[in-house]
Formats: sequence, structure tokens, C-alpha cells
Amino acid sequence: MKRFIETSGRHRKIEGWPLVFTILVTLSILVGGIVEFLPLVLVKSNIPRIETVKPWTPLELAGRDIYIREGCNNCHSQMVRPFRQEIERYGEYVKPGETIYERPFLWGSKRTGPDLYRVGGKYPNLWHVRHFDDPRSTSPKSIMPRYTWFQKQDLNFDGIGRKMQTLQTLGVPYSDEEIASAADNAKRQAAAIAQDVVASGGPANLEGKEIVAIVAYLQRLGTDIKGSSASTAAAGISDVPSGTN
Amino acid sequence: MTTHNTEAASGVQANARQGSAEIDINSYNDRIVRYFVLATILWGVVGMLVGVIIALQLPFRGANLGQYLTFGRLRPLHTNAVIFAFAGNAIFAAIYYSTQRLVKARMFSDAMSLFHFWGWQAIIVSAALTLPLGITTSKEYAELEWPIDIAIAVVWIVFGANFFLTLKNRREKHMYVALWFYIATIITVAVLHVGNSLALPVSLTKSYPIYAGVQDAFIQWWYGHNAVAFFLTTPFLGLMYYFLPKAAERPVFSYRLSIIHFWSLVFIYIWAGPHHLNYTALPEWATTLGMTFSVMLWMPSWGGMINGLFTLRGAWHKLRDSVVLKMYVIGITFYGMSTFEGPMLSVKSVNALSHYTDWTIGHVHAGALGWNGFMTFGMIYWLVPKLWRTELWSQKLATTHFWIGTIGMLLYVFSMYTSGITQGLMWRAFDETGRLAYPDFIETVVQIIPMYWVRMVGGTLYLTGTLLLAFNVMKTIAKAPKDLPDPAFALPSSAYSA
Ligand code: HEC
Ligand code: HEM
Ligand code: HEM
Repeated sequence: MKRFIETSGRHRKIEGWPLVFTILVTLSILVGGIVEFLPLVLVKSNIPRIETVKPWTPLELAGRDIYIREGCNNCHSQMVRPFRQEIERYGEYVKPGETIYERPFLWGSKRTGPDLYRVGGKYPNLWHVRHFDDPRSTSPKSIMPRYTWFQKQDLNFDGIGRKMQTLQTLGVPYSDEEIASAADNAKRQAAAIAQDVVASGGPANLEGKEIVAIVAYLQRLGTDIKGSSASTAAAGISDVPSGTN
Repeated sequence: MTTHNTEAASGVQANARQGSAEIDINSYNDRIVRYFVLATILWGVVGMLVGVIIALQLPFRGANLGQYLTFGRLRPLHTNAVIFAFAGNAIFAAIYYSTQRLVKARMFSDAMSLFHFWGWQAIIVSAALTLPLGITTSKEYAELEWPIDIAIAVVWIVFGANFFLTLKNRREKHMYVALWFYIATIITVAVLHVGNSLALPVSLTKSYPIYAGVQDAFIQWWYGHNAVAFFLTTPFLGLMYYFLPKAAERPVFSYRLSIIHFWSLVFIYIWAGPHHLNYTALPEWATTLGMTFSVMLWMPSWGGMINGLFTLRGAWHKLRDSVVLKMYVIGITFYGMSTFEGPMLSVKSVNALSHYTDWTIGHVHAGALGWNGFMTFGMIYWLVPKLWRTELWSQKLATTHFWIGTIGMLLYVFSMYTSGITQGLMWRAFDETGRLAYPDFIETVVQIIPMYWVRMVGGTLYLTGTLLLAFNVMKTIAKAPKDLPDPAFALPSSAYSA
């Protein structure tokens, strides 16, 4: 070691060889990433599969992309941690197998607003419609911005198939028929949500608007394991990580 | 052993190598450095202004103006502007200025330097347009969509080629420590950028990443943490190693320490990414590994701080008259603070409280405002008189900047510590009956709104300081000579002076 770092030692030599120096730096920075990443790809037990977890429907996918477009992830996390206070506040903590269709992941790093991973089914559709129009109508002190344009802007139904095709190439199990009928499928789900909103006393004519997509997405969030064998105890993932308090 | 002596030693070598060619007239490209300095100031003002706007949007919802200017869309604009435009242009200025002098050669190609400059500014402008339009990948600090990602890769490769070819032309045998850090920066940022941006396009403005869920999260924070490491840390350490000894007129404290802390820093940093994912769906072995390496990172980080601060030994009296040194001392001190805080935040039990809260935001801005901001300001105050060949217009104004900036930063950082810890404790509080003490989330938001206002004031002060810098530089340039030829030098007769 001493000989290495002396003023006229070995290190001094490589300081005169930029190429060697650069290669050594490259090797040093590659090690950590490779050692940590490879097991995540190769060792299946790192991400145990959960049978009931399914890809997004076409409408939910469109809603998810609106979520991304608006940057909701800058205020909301989607990752319930295995602590008593979080489970009580939000619901079950998130299992690795639930995240396999998240492209990109939207776990977030800041909770300016509450976690949304288990928000699916928490409120009626109409609640969300009102909340986006003005969050203060449901939570008087809210600091969340208004998203009034969700009810005004048309949803691009025809673009959804293309998105599903890309995802299929990446390995998401969408069938060719599902891709071909993406727009119709989305319109059906949109109509059902719009009808429900009207039936609950909300505004009419929302079936072609962006609002139905974002609501569909939120209502799906975190619900795939509900009532299924994959809820904590039954799925064999019952080991609550240490640190739960 | 100090670099003072090693520099002398390598000077001899250079002379020996140049023995045959009696006089070799050469020059440095300082025009490109002037460009980068001006871009740094411009984007600094813009990025911080957006910072103040989003700081206002949190306590005052009405500041969300329409679809394109909501908090969710402007926050990434802020982070991209301050990191890649402000800090980015600053490190390019530092690299272009110091590399030429350290290797005693002009940048390899003026055309490549210009391409780098304009390419980078074009990327920034496209970021400023696409992010408010909602064209984003959502991955933090990697929000730009794939066409811009490709442009970044191209510009970065040209920058790297220009840099390495300049090294090849060097007239100094040995590379000074600043250059080691530049090499690490250029290589690692390229690897990280490509690795995290791999995606399949749906259209010109939309793509899906090739990774999903847990893997995507891992790759993102491998990138995200090391963007901090190799964009906001290593180039600034290089900057410190060049400009601090210059300004203090003292050799760097310890050559050996620089070797040890350089190699341990570049090796260890890469492992630390998973500390952003403690207690998430990322497997526990990975987060434990991340935490362990993060704690180890404390040592090499402080190696850099010690080498910086101890360089000032025997020169502390110079601080009184030098705004540059004042800036550096605060900058390096904040580097030390945030690299102590970082390992602490990585410890799982601390992270359980701090994660998702403003404590992270406080940590970020201690590093960003203190270390990146003040090191940049110090460098600019030192460089501008040299680059424009006239005295700084007002030392007094610069000193005012120093104080306003320091006060603003302290208000920012301490308000965020307060709000972060307050909210973190409220989220986990239970009452006697065993139920959540604050079941309604908004209660925990209302509680911290006063702190949001304090942060707004602090940020506004900090921005004001930056505006003073801009004004001071403008005034200085106004009285500069019209003609600014590139500084020429002759070899081998000139002594090594970098
Ligand atoms: C400035 C930060 C901010 C942004 C941006 C933001 N939110 Fe919120 N959100 C909040 C806050 C604070 C609350 C809690 C108060 C309330 O219900 O409005 C909240 C509440 C919610 C809730 C109710 C959660 C619950 O369990 O009660 C949903 C759903 C929601 N937001 C969805 C979104 C979506 C979707 C977007 C993007 C289109 C978004 N938010 C953007 C801050 C934000
Ligand atoms: C006038 C100065 C500044 C102000 C007022 C400001 C304000 C803000 C605000 C309000 C946020 C969002 C916090 C939240 O989501 O709760 C933020 C985030 C951020 N800022 Fe700044 N900022 C300033 C300067 C800077 C500088 C100079 C840098 C970097 C060099 C920087 C880097 C960041 C980063 C990286 C984040 C994201 C943090 C995270 O995701 O955890 N900021 N800033
Ligand atoms: C030894 C060095 C450091 C370590 C170990 C470290 C560790 C951490 C940890 C644990 C977090 C919180 C992650 C979370 O809970 O979400 C964090 C966030 C962050 N740190 Fe550091 N830090 C270090 C130095 C720095 C420095 C010097 C800077 C800036 C110049 C910096 C910038 C950031 C940023 C921007 C984030 C926010 C990331 C995000 O969530 O968006 N860090 N760091």
C-alpha cells in the first residue's frame, strides 16, 4: 500500500497513463451495479409471482400515462412500507410480485400527498371526479392542484393499441386480439364508469374524456391481491420485514 | 508530500520531453469557458426561479397556473434546470478552464467544444419545453424522453472525445488529481445515462422502459444516486482540487489522501443506490447492501472535505478579504455536512422516519445550495476577472451575495428539517387507544405549511444572491476590454504554473 501511494510510487505511474487510468475507473464503477442487479434478473425468488396480478386494461393504461404526464408521482408515493402505521393508514404493504407490470415504476420519493398504492376502491368514482375538479371540495385544506381539464379534454382511444403493442414486445402478456380491440374495450369500460358517475348524481357525458381513464387507473391500483390467495398470510410472503413497529 | 512538489517534479519531466522543440507557442481556448460561465449564470437564475415558484405552489395552491404550470410538471423542470443546466454548465466551465492548464494544451478541437456548448444548451431548451408539456418518463432526473436522451448521449460522447484527445495532447506527463475526477465523471455519467434510459418508443414523445417494477426501481436509483455522485460530487471535487489551491495560493493538503479517497469514492458510490428504496418491494438483501456501502461512503467523502479544508491551513486570514475563499469554505463545509447526513439517512431506522418527508428535501438542498451552489459561485468570482481581464466590478456586492446566500440557505435547510421530522413523527403517531393519532393526512400537511413559507423566503433570498452575482458579472463585462484574445504561452521556457 505504502509503495502504491508514495509520491514516486506505483500510482504515480498510472497518473501518466490516461488510458490505463480510465480502464481502472471503468472497472471500479461497474462492479457494484452488476453485483446488485444480476440477482434481481436471474434469481426468480427475489420477485415471487402472484397469480392474480394482471396487466392493466387498455383504459387503465391510458389513465396511468396521464398520471405520468401530470407528474402526480412528484407528490404521491405508490409504495406502502411494512410498518404498522402505514398498513393502518393505507392498507397492506406492497409485495414485489405486484409491481411486475409497472413500466415505469411509480413508487415516488416524496409524500406531499398520501400514498396511493391501495387507493383502488377506497372512494366511489364520483368522489374522484369531484376531487380532481377541485380537491378542496372533498378536503377543504388540500394543497393539491385542480385538474379541471380532465373533464374537458378528449381521451385518445385510438392510441392505446399502439402502446399495448410496445408493451407486448417488452414481454407484457397482451394477446393480439386484446391489442386489436383495445379502443373498443377502453370505450366499454369508460362508458361503465361514466354511467356510474351519472347514476351517483355527477356530471354527464364524461365517457370520452380523460377523467374516466385516470379514475379507472386509480380504482384498479393495489386491488389485484384483494381477497385473493395472495394477500399476505396465504401467499407465503408472511414474513413482515424487521423494523415493523 | 504535497502536490506542490509533485507539480514541480512533473514540470521537470515536461521540460525534458520538450527538450528538442525550443519554443512552442500555444494558446488556451478561453472563449468557450466564457460561454459556459454565462450559461451557468443564466440557467442558475432560471432554475432557481422555478424553484421559488414551486416552493410557492405548495403553501399557496393558486400559484398552479393552468395545465402546463402545475407543481407536478414544474418540479422536474426545476430539478433538470438546476442540475443539468446550472451545475452542468458550471462543471463544463471548470473542466474546460482547468484541463487546458493542467495538461498545458488547448482543447483538442474548437469545433467540438462549440458543438458541446450549443448541443447542451439545445438539450436544456428542449427540456424546458417538453417537461411543462407533460412529455416525461417520470424517472427522477431522467425525465427527458428518448429523442432528447439520444441527443444527450451524442453531446456527451463528443465532450468525452474532446476531453480525452486533449489529454492525449498533454505536455504534462502526470495527470493532476482534478483530472482523475473529471475522468470518473465522464465515464460514469455515460454508463448511467445509457443504462437507465433504455426504453422502447411508442411515438416520438412516449416510451416504456425495458425494465419493470422492482428492476426498474433498482436501475433508476442506481442511476439517481450516482447522478448525485458523478454529476454533483466528483466534478465538483475536481473543481475544488483545481480552484481552491489557486485561490488560496497553497498546495493541496495531501497527495496520498487524494489517492485513497478518490479510489474508494468511485468504487463505493455505485453500491449505495438501494438506500433510496429501503423498506420497499426491493429485496431486503439489496437494501442492506446499499445501506452498508452508504455508511462506508462517509469516510472517502470526508477525505475530500479534509483535503479541501486543510489546504487552507495557514491561509485562514485570507478569508477576510476573499469572497472566493469564503464561498469555498461554506461550500466544503456543507459538503461535509451532507455527506455525514447522507449515510445517516441511509440507516434503515432513520430512513423509516425520513423517507418521503421534507428531511430528504433538506438534505438535497444542503448539498445543492451549499456545496454545488457555493462552489460554483466561488469559481465564477475567481474566473470572471481572469476571463474578462478586469477587476470584479464590486467586491462588496459579492460579499453581500455571500451573506444573503448563506442566510437563505440556512432558512431553507432548517425549515425543511423541522417540517420533515414533524411530519414524519405525525405519520407514525398512535393515540392511547392504539389508533393513528392523525388519521386524516391533510392534518399533517397543514401542520408544516408555516415551514413551507420559511423555505420560500429562504429560497427567495438565495435567488436574490444569484441575481446579485449576475448583475456584478454584467457590470464587470461592461468594463472589460473589447478584445479578448486567447491567452498564449510558450513552451518549454515557461515554468509549470497550472
Ligand atoms: C402538490 C402536490 C400534489 C399533486 C401534484 C397531486 N396531488 Fe393528489 N393529493 C395531494 C394532497 C396534499 C392530498 C390530500 C388532500 C386531498 O385529498 O386533496 C392529495 C390527495 C389525493 C387523492 C386522495 C387520496 C386519499 O387516499 O384520500 C388522490 C386519489 C390523488 N390525490 C390523486 C392525484 C393524482 C392522480 C394527481 C395527478 C393528476 C395528483 N393527486 C396530484 C397532493 C398532490
Ligand atoms: C432558490 C433556490 C431553490 C429553491 C427555492 C428550491 C426549491 C425546491 C422545491 C420547492 C422542491 C420540491 C420539494 C418537494 O417536492 O417538496 C425542490 C426539489 C429539488 N431541488 Fe430545489 N430549490 C432551489 C435550488 C436548487 C438547486 C441549486 C439545486 C441543485 C443544484 C436543487 C435541486 C433540487 C432537487 C434535486 C430536488 C428534488 C429533491 C427530491 O426529489 O428529493 N434545488 N427544490
Ligand atoms: C455520502 C454521501 C451521501 C449519502 C450516503 C447520501 C444518502 C442519501 C439518502 C439516504 C437519501 C434519501 C433517500 C430517500 O429516503 O428517499 C438521499 C437523498 C438525496 N441526496 Fe444524498 N447522500 C449523500 C450525499 C449527497 C450529496 C453531496 C448530494 C448533493 C449534492 C445529495 C443529493 C441527494 C438528492 C438529490 C437526494 C434526493 C433523491 C430523491 O429522492 O429524489 N446527496 N441521499
